Amino acid sequence: MNVSATPMPEKPSAAGLLQKADALRETVGGERFRDELVAALYRHAEEIAVRSVRKRKPRGWFADEKVDRIFTHPVLGIPVMAALLAIVFWLTIAGANIPSSFLAGLLMTDGGLTDAFRAYFGIDAPAMLSASLYQLLHELFGVLQAPYWLSGFLVDGVYLGLAWVVSVMLPPMAIFFPLFTLLEDLGYLPRVAFNLDWLFKRAGAHGKQALTMTMGFGCNAAGVIACRVIDSPREKLIAILTNTFVPCNGRFPTLIAVASLFVAGAVAQPGTFVASLIGTATVVGVVILGVATTLIVSWALSRTVLRGEPSVFVLELPPYRRPSVARIIYTSLIDRTVFVLYRACVVAAPAGGIIWLMANLQLGSASIADQVSGFLDPFGRLLGLDGVILLAFIIAIPANEIVLPTALMLYMHQSRMVEVQGTMLSSVLTDHGWTVLTAVCLMLFSLMHNPCGTTIWTIWSETRSTRWTVFGALMPLTIAILVCAFVTNFVRLFSTVSASFAL
Amino acid sequence: MLGALFHSPCQDCRLHHIGAIHQNNAEGKGHVIALAGNPNTGKSTVFNALTGLNQHTGNWPGKTVSLAEGKFVYEGSAYTLVDLPGTYSLLSASTDEEIARDFILFGRPDCTVVVVDATSLERNLNLVLQVMEITNKVIVCVNLMDEARRKGIEVDIDQLSKDLGVPAVGTAARYGEGLGELVRTITEVIDGRIETTPKLPAPPLAVKSAVDELVPKIQALYPGLRNARWIAYRLIEGDYRLRQALISGQFAALVGDERESLRTASLAERAATG
Repeated sequence: MNVSATPMPEKPSAAGLLQKADALRETVGGERFRDELVAALYRHAEEIAVRSVRKRKPRGWFADEKVDRIFTHPVLGIPVMAALLAIVFWLTIAGANIPSSFLAGLLMTDGGLTDAFRAYFGIDAPAMLSASLYQLLHELFGVLQAPYWLSGFLVDGVYLGLAWVVSVMLPPMAIFFPLFTLLEDLGYLPRVAFNLDWLFKRAGAHGKQALTMTMGFGCNAAGVIACRVIDSPREKLIAILTNTFVPCNGRFPTLIAVASLFVAGAVAQPGTFVASLIGTATVVGVVILGVATTLIVSWALSRTVLRGEPSVFVLELPPYRRPSVARIIYTSLIDRTVFVLYRACVVAAPAGGIIWLMANLQLGSASIADQVSGFLDPFGRLLGLDGVILLAFIIAIPANEIVLPTALMLYMHQSRMVEVQGTMLSSVLTDHGWTVLTAVCLMLFSLMHNPCGTTIWTIWSETRSTRWTVFGALMPLTIAILVCAFVTNFVRLFSTVSASFAL
Repeated sequence: MLGALFHSPCQDCRLHHIGAIHQNNAEGKGHVIALAGNPNTGKSTVFNALTGLNQHTGNWPGKTVSLAEGKFVYEGSAYTLVDLPGTYSLLSASTDEEIARDFILFGRPDCTVVVVDATSLERNLNLVLQVMEITNKVIVCVNLMDEARRKGIEVDIDQLSKDLGVPAVGTAARYGEGLGELVRTITEVIDGRIETTPKLPAPPLAVKSAVDELVPKIQALYPGLRNARWIAYRLIEGDYRLRQALISGQFAALVGDERESLRTASLAERAATG
């Protein structure tokens, strides 16, 4: 450095630079400078656009504005939305039963596809299809003279875990995901957000939370990441913490299966039109409850730990796009169905093995599974559930998809059922004391309990705060426990009271 | 959408991405192209069509929340495409805009493609002009030409290109229309066969002299910086985030990162040739 050239050199520093910039601002119009810059830019953009764009009278069938007058109508918007949701769930529920029983027959039911063929085609199944893969595997292991523990662990544990997941979860996913993707690609989901944003503002949260919540229907982890579109840290945190209250693509199949197999089946003749309508109404009800919980918890958070005013924003509605069919099939089947199924299988295979081990290893007088579920049972009963369901929720923390299959496997080991009978799904459940209340509580618990492992991890990586991550996991769990306990005891009290009046 | 699950937390940090891109350069993985654009212009569709990544792109406003990158090879050269978050501008202060702006400023992309919506060109051009203020190597991809045709909107691509001083290409990415020309244009801009000379309105005299006064001071403080003029404008208008970055030293780190990677790149080049 040549110091002598300038006697008192101004040492370059960031602070000095900012001072100089502040001084210069006054020479170009002060605070107005920024606005003038932006205005000049917009003028320039306008000049260019005017020269290169020519508009003619619009033609074509997708007149956005007219469709939006219905879809985002202040009064009609929300009912139209509920109706669309109902149609999607109804198609899923009505359509999933048939492939489900065929898959079960193929993979694990005793007698293979015999029952399914008789029920849906009225004919006997071909001889080669009258034994399930499960039976064949057992025969194979028998021929190989494999020891009991090996065939038990691999076939009754790992394989059966996979078979349950595929036959219970695959059909609803294969129908629901393409429909969901269709709504998404059309551009309808942002309209859902648009219809709901005023509710979020009323709850003291950011209107864009309506958007991140809607994305949570796809996947809560993705919904949590989407919360980055919210700039205010307070409102972003509210959106992250409450995202788990809407059911994701992983939990929808569980809800749909319980609703259609159990709630609908318990109220109406299974497989009928009425039953599918009841199932649909149940799932729509759960979704609405999820949105309501999101709003209530957001409101509570913004009044207590995350106090503040909601900020103003502009939500852009994307134009409707004619969805491309190939794209929807590809996305929903490859990206979603295979991905979710794969994730479920990755968890279900070891879980199946673990469940078999737990059910077959003795600890004292009973198996480990019985010991643990017996220990959890009193608490489970308090919530309208039982020890097995709670154990299934614990085993399913990595992936919520496997709650129902896990519970079913545990029940079957408990009752020493070796063969899997056709149309036995709901009978296994009733045999183990399931009532409509159990099914409702399971759905409530599934809706509100702690987020899955991936989502918890995502909350941590988005907030970088152990405190908020723990809160994000325990707050929903507490709410789930409280709600289930309240519903159960209210119903029990009510039935006791009405019973005593009857006497 | 579900692909987002596989991101490690480090990948979500914008410094990480800038570092990763540099690494690619240093390892000779080819030229880096930044993909900018307003939300819902089909930017991710362009990205997927060019890189063959089949990430799902739903119809959401602003669904790209972290940077995705993919590669493609054209006439034997490798190119890395970086999908920036969809933003309306690079001026104000949302996280998305900061990510996009930092990448164009410090990520040293060899060119920046701005995807615009042919059906609302005027609003989209604001971003194009802002990108042109930062870098010369800009290509405008006028996407959704199919939708524009359906709505009776005609865009004169040649006129647009002439007025902006940078190449413009009309595309309908969903149907693959115009993507060949886009790739050819990208490669020709990068290797200099097409010269880009962004036409921006001349600033008033007082503004020009204020900027001219500040630029040397910025260059003295951050010798590695390539866009001192743009920084000067932001400092004079009082950009909050930039001021914070300057005071905290984060800005110096970003610029330093740039120099560091230049050195690594040249070392790697020397190693490769020698």
